[in-house]
Amino acid sequence: MCETGETAQSAVRFSHAAATAGGRVIWSEVNLAVAQGEFLAVLGPNGVGKSTLVKAALGLVALSAGSVTVLGLPAGQAGRQIGYLPQRRNFDAGLRVRGVDIVALGSHGERWGLPLPFGARFLSSRRAAAERIREVIELVGATTFANRPIGQVSGGEQQRLLIAQALVRRPRLLVLDEPLDSLDLPSQAAVAALISRICREHKVTVMLVAHDVNPILPYLDRVAYVARGGAVCGTPDEVIRSEILSELYRTPVEVLRASDGRLVVVGEPEAPARHTDRHGEPSSVPAQQW
Amino acid sequence: MNTGLSWNLAEDFRQLFLYSFMVNAYRAGTIIAVLAGALGWYMVLRRQSFAGHTLAVVSFPGAAGAILLGASASAGYFVAAIAAAIVIAAVPRSLGGKARSSESAVIGTVQAFALACGALFVSLYGGFLNSLTNLLFGTFLGISPAQVLTLLVVAAVALAALAAIARPLFFATVDPDVAEARGVPVRFVGTAFLVLLGCAAGEVSQITGALLVFALLVMPAATAQQITPRPALSFALTIACGLLIAWLGLAIAYFYPEYPFGFYLTTLGFVSYVAAAGGRAAASRVRKVGLQAVTA
Repeated sequence: MCETGETAQSAVRFSHAAATAGGRVIWSEVNLAVAQGEFLAVLGPNGVGKSTLVKAALGLVALSAGSVTVLGLPAGQAGRQIGYLPQRRNFDAGLRVRGVDIVALGSHGERWGLPLPFGARFLSSRRAAAERIREVIELVGATTFANRPIGQVSGGEQQRLLIAQALVRRPRLLVLDEPLDSLDLPSQAAVAALISRICREHKVTVMLVAHDVNPILPYLDRVAYVARGGAVCGTPDEVIRSEILSELYRTPVEVLRASDGRLVVVGEPEAPARHTDRHGEPSSVPAQQW
Repeated sequence: MNTGLSWNLAEDFRQLFLYSFMVNAYRAGTIIAVLAGALGWYMVLRRQSFAGHTLAVVSFPGAAGAILLGASASAGYFVAAIAAAIVIAAVPRSLGGKARSSESAVIGTVQAFALACGALFVSLYGGFLNSLTNLLFGTFLGISPAQVLTLLVVAAVALAALAAIARPLFFATVDPDVAEARGVPVRFVGTAFLVLLGCAAGEVSQITGALLVFALLVMPAATAQQITPRPALSFALTIACGLLIAWLGLAIAYFYPEYPFGFYLTTLGFVSYVAAAGGRAAASRVRKVGLQAVTA
């Protein structure tokens, strides 16, 4: 359904992919290719498996059919070249660890052992890592609050630090799961602009999951809508249209354009699957309505 | 036993180390304070104080059971605490569902049962009521050189293991989702940490008693994390604070033996925490007022 011409240059490519959870098909026949350097949004109502899609690309969730390649490698093998920001994490307000420490974990946090005390004075690799950490913190505009405990900065500021953490290793692909969720509107706009700037200026492919397209609409190259039967993707103008989404969700969906250019999607199925996903009691949930 | 506290510090110091039981107490206290500080720092960061307390409480039936069977109490402390650590790490996972919420229920269940078993063992043994108080509230008397050696070996092994997993454990603690995506075996390091915490709880119980382990396990770490959000610095402060509490506590207990040792230790920890938290609150108040003065 959604192919681009250049096969070799895809940053992410799903072909005939399907995922199941607890015997239930989340989505199937997903064909999706993200070109390098592109800013793609994965859209759709809650519970359609948007997070599952990005987790499949990262190799955290196994596909039940089809295949996915990331930067030319099978999912899960492109490790260092991917920066990943999971669905919103809330740092406990009482967590007494600085933002800069959270960012530093993105550089070497999985290494076994213990960093040498005062290593930065003797080891050039440590100095280079520290320099890179300073650089990404400046890039996301977090210099003024990076030394405060992470639990005490605002949601938007935390999100900037987490983006910095994902960028430390100069990834070629940035995967962001609902990075704008539960931010206030000005923060949403600022973080969306930041992500777009990273995509353009640093040639990073961005795959971003969102349920509201409006804050990111001005910056997007393409969008992908996910549903049980597959996915549609293309430019926002091609895809976010009443007839396309109605066909995808097999229910009347209406796309309205407000006078300021904002898009409003009416009638998207609110999937009952949401309850199955979060509470693990499939028997108590009514059958899918779409 | 001693001539009491004088105002001559050098003389007091000489007094303190006059007897070998006191030298052993200081050796044991030092080893335990370092181990408890290191694991306590992670425990406070991971919000697993309840698990830590339970591991210590479990060591009480362990020690009582070991005495009942004629084995050494020291072995009982370790075996029980480490076994409980494995149970706490394994059970919530096999029950399924949300790990966090079912964990505390499992821990509470284990803790209550362990205390009840301890009470049973004590009554089965009969007539060692004096030692019951020691098991629960601690003692620094009668620590043998062999016991110090055991403490040292266990602490060295546990600290080496902690050093090996230190960085991924920190990652898994503050940011588990990204850690997992980056290939950190989050569950493995979590389980390994609980087992090490079991070692520490077993050690600390031997000197503070099963109920007052927090004096060395929580209080230094909580104090240090109040003082600074820098991980390396707060870790170092935790160890320093633990050593200070243990050394001062032992000194006071030596010169004023009429009150329980655990009380001194815990009071010192409590005072340091209150001072650090109060100091931080006052500092932020001052900063806020200063900011208002600047903007006004």
